[in-house]
Amino acid sequence: MYEKDGEKYYVIDGHTHFWNAGPDNYNKYGKMFIDCFYGYHSALSPEEYLWSEEKFGKYTEEDILHDLFEIGYVDKAIFQPTYLLDFFPNGFNTTAQDAEIAEKHPDKFILNSSFEPRLGEQGLAEFEEKHKRYGFKGVKLYTAEWHEDSKGWKLNDYWSKRYLEKCLELGVTNIHVHKGPTIRPLNRDAFDVHDVDHVATEFTDLNFIVEHVGLPRLEDFCWIGVQEPNVYGGLAVAMPFIYSRPRYFAQIIGELLYWLDEDRILFASDYAIWQPKWLVEMFVDFQIPEDMQGEYGTLTPDIKRKILGLNAAKLYDVEVPSEIPQEEPVMAGGEPEYPEKPL
Amino acid sequence: MITEATVLDALSGVRDPELDEPITDLKFISHLRVGDDAVEVTLRLPTPFCAPNFAYLMAHDAREALLSVPGVQEARVTLDDHHTADEINAGMAGGLGFDTTFHSFEETEGESLDELRDIFRRKAFVSRQERLCRTLLADGYSSAQLANMMLGEVPDSEAKEKYLSRREELGLDTSAEAPFVVDPDGRQIPEEAVVQHLRFARVTRLSIEANAGFCRGVLAARSGDTPVLSEKEASA
Repeated sequence: MYEKDGEKYYVIDGHTHFWNAGPDNYNKYGKMFIDCFYGYHSALSPEEYLWSEEKFGKYTEEDILHDLFEIGYVDKAIFQPTYLLDFFPNGFNTTAQDAEIAEKHPDKFILNSSFEPRLGEQGLAEFEEKHKRYGFKGVKLYTAEWHEDSKGWKLNDYWSKRYLEKCLELGVTNIHVHKGPTIRPLNRDAFDVHDVDHVATEFTDLNFIVEHVGLPRLEDFCWIGVQEPNVYGGLAVAMPFIYSRPRYFAQIIGELLYWLDEDRILFASDYAIWQPKWLVEMFVDFQIPEDMQGEYGTLTPDIKRKILGLNAAKLYDVEVPSEIPQEEPVMAGGEPEYPEKPL
Repeated sequence: MITEATVLDALSGVRDPELDEPITDLKFISHLRVGDDAVEVTLRLPTPFCAPNFAYLMAHDAREALLSVPGVQEARVTLDDHHTADEINAGMAGGLGFDTTFHSFEETEGESLDELRDIFRRKAFVSRQERLCRTLLADGYSSAQLANMMLGEVPDSEAKEKYLSRREELGLDTSAEAPFVVDPDGRQIPEEAVVQHLRFARVTRLSIEANAGFCRGVLAARSGDTPVLSEKEASA
């Protein structure tokens, strides 16, 4: 919980990891992958939150508990397992790895899982087993994951849909989609989000939370968000702009409020790439710059409360303490009639 | 004699298709060596996992740009520390096409990059149009006026030049009598739809600019420079 200027905020961090990307667990590609994450971390974190590369590769249980819950104001954190077995032989952060901590602190963590559609029928049975074991309500899907000869997959592939049908059957209703860069097929846009559109139309009882609000394809994501009421935007990766590029952050939030609405945007730190403490503090202090308010309006404490926790609480049936004001949703989204298709 | 300045000038014509900015402004050139009749250039992108198709396009376009410089007989372009560096470097050295360069990636067979280029040319066009309209609206033009303007009536500016160049790349009419606000297929936007058209175009522009800002910051961090925190550079 975070409190500032008499306002209280319940915080759900929608995207966190407990990864092992140390030298004992990476190959050549895994090393490049964690270097890439470290680049994001060092480019967009305030200096006092910078870690060494060594610590960034492998941090401790104590670190994550401290950074999220002791100082980070997080009430609940969602683990989003990311396997990457072709890069990290023991997995980057698998459901089992995350469960080790989550099961010790069931009041603090919401454990999600994942599926691998390229494992076909056998994987489907394993997925069901995994669900029996962990009982999750959401999955995180990384469509750029390599598997044998394949360098990525699409949500509307045949096997992917079979898994989504299974999700529906098991009550796994929150599908977090992490886009790109997909390498297959190589001549297409690696970050294309249009497959989300297809499955969101087909599986209307599932919620599709597009991580990092579709960036680098914000425009395509906004387009889909207008068409599909079951599409949400996760703010991982967009959040840290609040510090280094606040005017871009203002515009991103402004556009999301316009094209989606305040009920479909979820806060996330992407820990350990960034830390919730400074993100929460800066977000609560944040306001759309005056010269942009004509276009975007302002962010009220009620809007911030929804983004920081109430929206995710609805998706995950989390009971929010009654001291947190919870208003009925006010639809703020636009219903554009033009263009008829993305430009 | 080939000078470094001539070479850089040629390279400044090469854009990152996704960010719509010259690779020289983005600081993607990490090494440049000019010999009597040969030039060597190394490209270093913000991360080892930047999309390989765009990496290929930039390396390919850089090579073409170098070969267009008078006196250059040999142009060598290499990509540094990227997960498809081996493939792309071999492809560049052998002057191989896209499909052959990535022959080990089965999925590319028989397809070309034209469609991908086209998607991003359309985005660049939409974004440049929005930028130009934005300055005109700030100067007091109404959206109805914009909707009814011909290209020749738009005051000259750098933003207009860039818009015209992106418009030309799409093969659209750039004559003075052509309508100003058109979609990427060249169809004029009706007056009543202009506000909404620009509203959506604004997200495309924002997406491209925010990505460019992100990439600059990550590249600076990778090079060990102080991360670029100023917003001025990205909006310039």
